[in-house]
Amino acid sequence: MIPQEAETGPVTTDIVTRDQAEVVQDLDRVTIRFCGDSGDGMQLTGTQFTSTAAVYGNDIATLPDYPAEIRAPAGSLPGVSGFQISFSSSDIHTPGDAPDVLVAMNPAALRTNVADLPPGGALIVNKDAFSTANLTKAGYATDPLSDGSLSSWNVFEIPISTLNERALDGLDMTSKQKDLTKNFFALGIMFWLYERSMEPTLRWVDQKFAAKPVSAEANKRALKAGYAFGETTEIFHHQHYRVKPAHLPPGIYRNITGNEAAALGFVTASKLAGRDLFYGSYPITPASDILHQLSTYKNFGVRTFQAEDEIAAIGSAIGASYGGAMGMTASSGPGIALKLEAMGLAVMVELPLVVVDVQRAGPSTGMPTKNEQSDLLQVMFGRNGDAPVPVVAPATPGECFDYAIEAWRIALRHMTPVVFLSDAFLASGSEPWRIPEPDDLPSIAVKGWTDRETFHPYDRDPVTLARPWAVPGTPGLEHRIGGLEKADITGNISYDPENHHRMTQLRAQKVAVIADDIPDLQVFGPERGDLLILGWGSTYGAIRSAVERLQAQGDSVAHAHLRHLNPFPRNTGDVLASYRRVLIPEINMGQLRLLIRGRYLVDAVGLNRVRGKPYRISEIEDAARLMLEPEGTVR
Amino acid sequence: MTDAVTGAASIAATANPLPILNRKDFVSDQEVRWCPGCGDYSILAQTQKVMPDFGYPRENIVFISGIGCSGRLPYYMNTYGFHSIHGRAPTLATGLKASRPDLMVWVITGDGDALSIGGNHVLHSMRRNVDIKLVMFNNRIYGLTKGQASPTSEFGKKTKSTPAGTIDMPIVPLSVAITAEATFVARSVDTHTEHLQETLTAAGFHKGSAFVEVLQNCNIFNDGAWRSFTDKDVRDDSMLILKHGEPMIFGKDRDKGIRLRGFTPEVVQLGVDGVSEADLLVHDETAEDPTLSYILSRMWAPRFPVPVGVFRRVSRPTHDQLVQGQIDDAVARQGAGDLRTLLFGGETWQAS
Repeated sequence: MIPQEAETGPVTTDIVTRDQAEVVQDLDRVTIRFCGDSGDGMQLTGTQFTSTAAVYGNDIATLPDYPAEIRAPAGSLPGVSGFQISFSSSDIHTPGDAPDVLVAMNPAALRTNVADLPPGGALIVNKDAFSTANLTKAGYATDPLSDGSLSSWNVFEIPISTLNERALDGLDMTSKQKDLTKNFFALGIMFWLYERSMEPTLRWVDQKFAAKPVSAEANKRALKAGYAFGETTEIFHHQHYRVKPAHLPPGIYRNITGNEAAALGFVTASKLAGRDLFYGSYPITPASDILHQLSTYKNFGVRTFQAEDEIAAIGSAIGASYGGAMGMTASSGPGIALKLEAMGLAVMVELPLVVVDVQRAGPSTGMPTKNEQSDLLQVMFGRNGDAPVPVVAPATPGECFDYAIEAWRIALRHMTPVVFLSDAFLASGSEPWRIPEPDDLPSIAVKGWTDRETFHPYDRDPVTLARPWAVPGTPGLEHRIGGLEKADITGNISYDPENHHRMTQLRAQKVAVIADDIPDLQVFGPERGDLLILGWGSTYGAIRSAVERLQAQGDSVAHAHLRHLNPFPRNTGDVLASYRRVLIPEINMGQLRLLIRGRYLVDAVGLNRVRGKPYRISEIEDAARLMLEPEGTVR
Repeated sequence: MTDAVTGAASIAATANPLPILNRKDFVSDQEVRWCPGCGDYSILAQTQKVMPDFGYPRENIVFISGIGCSGRLPYYMNTYGFHSIHGRAPTLATGLKASRPDLMVWVITGDGDALSIGGNHVLHSMRRNVDIKLVMFNNRIYGLTKGQASPTSEFGKKTKSTPAGTIDMPIVPLSVAITAEATFVARSVDTHTEHLQETLTAAGFHKGSAFVEVLQNCNIFNDGAWRSFTDKDVRDDSMLILKHGEPMIFGKDRDKGIRLRGFTPEVVQLGVDGVSEADLLVHDETAEDPTLSYILSRMWAPRFPVPVGVFRRVSRPTHDQLVQGQIDDAVARQGAGDLRTLLFGGETWQAS
C-alpha cells in the first residue's frame, strides 16, 4: 500500500495511531484495480467501491476495462475483466496512470495486469485460484507466488475462495454458487483497508436480491467476512488507510457515467424544449446503455424504438422529427457508418436530429469494448456531397449531460442534424457529478411554423438560417420535402446550377453561424507562451493533469479543450497563434490535427497512440517536454 | 365498397367533421413527370380519387416514398410529403407514426425499393403492424436506373444488367408480406381502375400494416410485363377477383373455380364431373390462420388465374397503439415524470 505520487504532487502521510493496535494513515489519493475472470463480478465490485467512495465524498474517476466476450473460457487470458478506480481527497481528472493496489482474483488476471503495478505496489491475490490448471491457462510455467517473480511487489496471498466458502457455511447453495460471491469478500477487505462503510453495498444487496433471500444473505456474509478478515488478521498489520472527502464545489452530487449522464441530458433537453423525445436505436457496444436507460423513462413521454438495423434507427428518428418530436439515434463507429446516408438526408431536409456516436476502437468491428477517438473525420465528412453537420464532444462523464442539451439546443435552433461525439471511456467511466437544479436550466424551446400567409418551406431565419419547422397536421402548410436538391425559398425540386451552388453555400453557412452562439475556447494557463496542448473529448483528464504538473514545475504550458468541433469557437485561431508550439494528443492518427492544420495553417504536432485505452498523464507530460525543447518533437 | 370499408367506417366517423373534399383537393401544383404512358399515372389518379373517402383532413395525411419512379408520387399529392432515400421510407413512416398516431401515413414504394434495398424494413414494419399503407408499384424492372433486373424479375429475364438472363429466383411480394405478419395484404392492377380504387380504399380504412402490390406497367423498360393476364380480352379467364365470403369463381362465363386438394389448389370446371359451387374455396380475408392466404399468394398464371383483391385483413393492436399504451401505463403507474426527482435520484451526497 505504498502510496504513489499523486497527480499534483506528493501525498500527505499523517500517521495516526488509533486504539491500541490500529494504525490509520491518511492518503491524498489511491488507485485500485480489481481484476479477475469476466465471470468473477469485477465490474460490480468496482462499481460498488466507486459508489461507496463517491457517497463518502471523495473525488473519483474510473476506468472499466472488460473483454468483448461475455464469457470467455474461465481462467483464460482473453477472459480477464478489470475495473480501475482512483479516489481522492482533492480534485482529480483521471482514473490514475497506475494502480497502487492490484486485486487479482486468478493467475490470468495477475499475468495481464501486474506489469502495470509499480514496484512496491500492493498486490492482493486469491491464493486459492492458483491451481496448476489455472496457472497453465494463464501461461505460467511455474507458480509466480512461489518462484520469486513477484518480489518487487508487496504481495498479500489470501485464500479468498476457502475463507469465503467457510463464511457461507450452512447456506443452501452449491459450492459453485458460493464461489460466485467471493468478489464481495475481496470488496470487504478493501472496504476495511480504506475505512469504508459497508452500508451502501448492504443496502444495494437487499434491493437487488429482494426476491432471493439466500443470495442476499450470501453476499452480505461474504462482504462482512472480508471486512472482518482485514480487521482481525495480522496480514495487514492492522494498518488501514484513509482518503478524506474532497473539497468539491458545494452542491448535491451523484456518481455518474457518461452514458447515464447523456441519457439524463436527453430527457432534460426534451423537457427544456417542451417536446417528446424519440430514440431510435440498434444495439451496439458501447452505446446500448443509453437505450436501456431511456427505455425506462416512458413516463417522461420518451419513446424508445429498437429498430431492425442502424439505418432504420436513424430513419425512424428523422420521421419522428419530421412530425415535430425530438428524433434521435445512437450508435458506435460501425453503426454510424451505416447511418451516414440518412444523415445526408437530414442535412438536405434540414430537420433537427441528434446522432450519438459512442466511439470505440476500429476500424471495422475493431475492439468493441476499447476506447478510441477515431470517428471525428467520419462524422465530419463521411457523407456524399458537401453535407456539413455540427459536432459537439463532451470532455468528461458529467459533461455528457451538458452536451446532450447543447446538441439539442443547436439542432432545434438551427434545424440541423447534430453529432454528439462520446467514447467508450466517457461512456463507462464515472465521476462525481454536481446535479443541476432543473429550474436553473434555460429553455431551448423553438416554435413550429403555423402562418400560412408567410410560409415557404425553404425560407430562412436571417440569424440562425433555420428553415421553418412545419409539421404534418398544420393546416394550409402542406408541402413536400426530400433528398433531391431544393430551390431556395420554395423548396421545389431544382436542378438549376446556380441554385445548387447557393444551397450548398447556405448549408455551409448555416453550420458556420452556430459559432455566433457558442462560447469562446477557454485556456487553462498563460494566455501566451511556449506550448499549447489542444485536446477534445475524453483526453481532457490526462491533458489537464499533465499541464498542472508542467505548470507546477514552471513551464509555460497551457491547455485548451474543444467541446465544439464543428464549427470551432470563434477565437480558436487566436488561441492557436498565441503559443510558440501546439501539441494535439488524440487517440487516433491525427484527425483533429488535420482539421486544425487545414483550417488555421498551424504547424500542430500530434501525439497519437491507439491502444484502446486512455492516455496516461505521464505520456502527455513526456510529449510536452519534448515539445518544450528547441528542436524537439513527438514521434 | 367492400366489407373492409364498412367494417372500418367507424374510424372515419370519429374524425373531425370536415368540408367535403374531392379529388382535385389532392392534386398538387407540381407538374407530373413520369414517362407518357406509365402505369404510375393511373395509380396516382386512383390514389387522389379515393383520398377524400377517409375523412382525414388533408394536412393529417402524409405520403412518404423511397427512390425509384414511384418515389415521385408524394410531390403530386397535395398533402404532406417526404421523398426519402432508397428503401428507407418504411423507417421514416415508423418513427413518424409512433410519435404522431393522429396522422394517416402512406408509404409509396417499388419492387426494387421495397424488396431489394428496403427488404428488411418492409419485413419489420409489417411484423410490427405499423399503421401504414404501403403501396408497392411492381413493374418487375428498375425503371429509374434504366432497365436492370429487379427482385421480382422473372427467372432468366434478360435485362441490361443480366444479358445472359437473371439467375435469381424472383420474390413473390405477397408471400413475403403474409409471412412477415402484415395484417392487410392485397393486390391490384394499374389499369383496372375501379378495382384499384376499391383496393386502396380498403387499405386506407385498415388499421395496421397494409401491403398493397399494384401490378404496374413500365412501358419503356418492361412493356407488357403483366399483359398476358391483365389485358381486357384475357383477364376474365386469367384472373381471380377475390371477394370476402364468396366462392372463388372466375372466367368470362363464371364457370371456373378454385378447389383445394390437401394443401394444393386446383382449377375446376363448374358443372363438370359433378363439381358445384359448394366444392369451391370460399374466400375469408379475415381468417386468423394465414395458410390459405399464403396458398393464394402462390397461385400464378398460366397454371392458375392470378388472384387480385384483399388476400388478408386481420386485426391486431398497431405499433403506435402499443407504444402509446406503454407510455400511458408508465404514467398511470409512476405518475408523469418529474425531472427533479429523476436527476436527484439514486445515491446522492452533499458537498458544502
